[in-house]
Amino acid sequence: MISLTVNNKIIKLDIEPQMPLLYALRDELKLTGTKFGCGAGLCGACTVHLDGQAIRSCVTPVSAVDGKKITTIEGLSNNSEHHIQIAWKEFKVPQCGYCQSGQMMSASALLSQNNNPTEQDIETFMQGNICRCGTYKRIKKAIQSAAQNMGDKSE
Amino acid sequence: MKNIQNVSRRQFLKLSGITASSFVLGISLPLSKAVANEKSTDFHELNFFVSIKENGDISLICHRSEMGQGIRTSVPQIIADELEANWSKVSVVQAKADKKYGSQGTAGSASIRNHFTTIRKMGAIARDMLEQAAANIWQVDKSQVSAKNHYVHHNATGQKISFGELAKVAAKLPLPDIKTIKLKSNNDFSLIGKDVKLVDLDNIVAGKAQFAQDIQLPDMLIATIQRPPVVGGKVKSFDATAAKKVKGVVDVIQLKDRNIPVDVLPLSGIAVLATNTWAAIEGRKKLSIKWEHGDKKSHNSEEYKQALIKKVNTPGEKVRAIGDVYSHKFDSDNTVEATYTVPYLHHAPMETPASTAMFKEDKCIIWAGTQNPQWAQGMVARDLGLAKDEMDKVELNVTLMGGAFGRKSKGDFIVESVELAKATGRPVKVIWSREDDVKHGFYHSSSANYFKAQLDDNGKVDNLITRNAYPPIGWLWDQNVKTPSDSQLSLGFADIPFELNNLSCEKHSVESYVRPGWVRSVACINNGFALGSFVDELAVKAKKTPRQMWLNLIGNDRQIDPTKEGFKYSNYNLDPKEHPLDTKRIKHLINLISDKANVEEELPNNQGWGISFLRSFGTFVAAASKVEVKNNKVKVLEMHTAVDCGIVVTPDRVKAQMEGAMIFGLSIALMGEISVKEGQVEQGNFHDYPVARMNQIPKLFVHLVKSDAPPGGIGEPGVPPVAPSITNAIYHASKIRIRDLPVNKVLQV
Repeated sequence: MISLTVNNKIIKLDIEPQMPLLYALRDELKLTGTKFGCGAGLCGACTVHLDGQAIRSCVTPVSAVDGKKITTIEGLSNNSEHHIQIAWKEFKVPQCGYCQSGQMMSASALLSQNNNPTEQDIETFMQGNICRCGTYKRIKKAIQSAAQNMGDKSE
Repeated sequence: MKNIQNVSRRQFLKLSGITASSFVLGISLPLSKAVANEKSTDFHELNFFVSIKENGDISLICHRSEMGQGIRTSVPQIIADELEANWSKVSVVQAKADKKYGSQGTAGSASIRNHFTTIRKMGAIARDMLEQAAANIWQVDKSQVSAKNHYVHHNATGQKISFGELAKVAAKLPLPDIKTIKLKSNNDFSLIGKDVKLVDLDNIVAGKAQFAQDIQLPDMLIATIQRPPVVGGKVKSFDATAAKKVKGVVDVIQLKDRNIPVDVLPLSGIAVLATNTWAAIEGRKKLSIKWEHGDKKSHNSEEYKQALIKKVNTPGEKVRAIGDVYSHKFDSDNTVEATYTVPYLHHAPMETPASTAMFKEDKCIIWAGTQNPQWAQGMVARDLGLAKDEMDKVELNVTLMGGAFGRKSKGDFIVESVELAKATGRPVKVIWSREDDVKHGFYHSSSANYFKAQLDDNGKVDNLITRNAYPPIGWLWDQNVKTPSDSQLSLGFADIPFELNNLSCEKHSVESYVRPGWVRSVACINNGFALGSFVDELAVKAKKTPRQMWLNLIGNDRQIDPTKEGFKYSNYNLDPKEHPLDTKRIKHLINLISDKANVEEELPNNQGWGISFLRSFGTFVAAASKVEVKNNKVKVLEMHTAVDCGIVVTPDRVKAQMEGAMIFGLSIALMGEISVKEGQVEQGNFHDYPVARMNQIPKLFVHLVKSDAPPGGIGEPGVPPVAPSITNAIYHASKIRIRDLPVNKVLQV
């Protein structure tokens, strides 16, 4: 039995301990906002937060998150109020939208540890997240804008 | 008016699944065909719908498929504009597969360029009825009233009645004669050309948007399939004992054998079905399968490419000719001759193919992300042995697609889900792994393009030969097809827009081994790469700027008609009167991109600019890239596109498509390569089929030309000029000429 906190709810799961977290979220908990993209930690579509850090859920066995705190896109904020989500809408970042949950989870993790990232910081942190539609320019702008807005608020 | 009918509320609810409406309009598409078709008067063939609730809420159906291009915004936006609806009161319902909608095939960048007027008529007819309803209430002629922003106004008195209040009255009116329906003048557009709120944006940002992989049904099984490694291969024998022992695995099923021609049907194989994805994957790892590879195992892509190169360096079959280029004796000192090659390429949409199917009573119900719902529906019906008039037994619900780029035009994965749902009697969701996606795709064809031209002392060209050779998509249906069709050759090859006295465009016939398919901009990828590279090589030889070389080659302002030179030019199925191959627009873009990107600026020795151009899918696009080549490594510093697509519906989405196209083109230029050894694709995931990442992306600029010309396509036309703009820039930065893509064979990227 695996016990973990997902989006502030304590969840108990009777599943194979080596099952990647991605499938526990999608198949068992029906939290389908987190996406499958490669199954090998190469594309970032499955990014969630583990105790606030961005991880690739497709290569993280549930046994590794036993007792830990997971946040998915569904739990990032109430009503899409996170600065990142607001900026994503302002810059109309998504095209197909499929990779964007993972992009926003990575971006929000970046800002939680670095509230004033340089362009280089953003590129380094976000290069694990592929967007085949090519929304990178807007992702970068949205992160910069969100960082700015978070800074304004804390001042 | 035979093609428009009022639909009762109940009938509409049944068809569309909308919960409430008081005014519903159904219209058959395409209008021209429907008018002539007696059957279209039958209610069951009604299809396009505008519905208005008494509270003024409007529901519009989008019959085209969303893959990121924003069509679920743009189609309703066009209808709402003609309808004079307030966008904030519009909701969008996705159409299921049904021939009554007319074409739903969302490919070829066609949704707006081919259907703009028809879509506008949907809104205009509804607006006309609302105006008539108000005129009746006020007892005035319809000419005395006008619809604006969700109300009909009485012009003389300024009185107004809301659409919601009028809906009931309008619904009881006889339908107007389509000939009397006037479309708005372009100056009166209220929504077209403006950036409205995107239909799916909120759901995507909340993580709530539903893609094909997200479908969940009670009692559903997840299936993963081991397919034959070689096209045309078959299962010789298999042992599923170990697979079946994996906890959660419910069944292992051999899919039916499929033959060549492969069509766009499944490839057969062994499916592992489980109660969750992980169990299915684990079970599949434990399968033991012996394959019969078949004769396509002789295919090696490197040897194949060499054979294509050999072919295009010999005369082929002429498809368009001006004068007699072969009577000209080329002067080798002033002649440029080059062969360009592009490898097999793959779509790699972020969402791998997925489809869910279930049987309920005698009906098959499917949820899938498909670019072509009716094609898939027909494939399923045929596979189930249904008659043509039993199409209603296949209900296909269209989900959002997590990218598609042409891959999801093909219904193979949908048929797989139906086959397995039928075999198990349970709902089945088929999910492709990334390796499945990369190894069993429908690839952009490996190709060779040849050019030869002689320059005169003024840097002008009078004699030009161009040839190409690549496996044609028609092979999917007939293995005797060995050359591209005329419409394929119309993709930036035999529509070469140069002013020449002697020209020969020639094709070659080749054998096919892997499944060819449409990848974003199709043969414009290789034809555009070759053309754009060759113009740059001519410019270098002539010591002219690339801008001047393009202008020299294009020549005088005129409209080119390649049919005059014996070529069956398809012009992307567009009327050449509305969409001419207009050299004035090409020259404008060449100048615009050169000026906006400032490509003639002085640069450090290791930097260079490159430009290119291609008109495709009715849209004119020029691209410019600036690169730096240092220590054998290339870095793209800046990219521009200039686009003239005629009337723009949703400007921000046009820009977004151009931004995306630059990145798609950059991936093709720098890294894209599928290689095949002994009939098997060598790549499998993003580590060996890399696509562009954020750290490789330069500053991007889009220059949108204002135009009142009829709209061209947008999804694809941004791609073709990008790769040659990059490789030309590499040449100007380093004197390294890339004729064989991708760049990473020669330089680090």
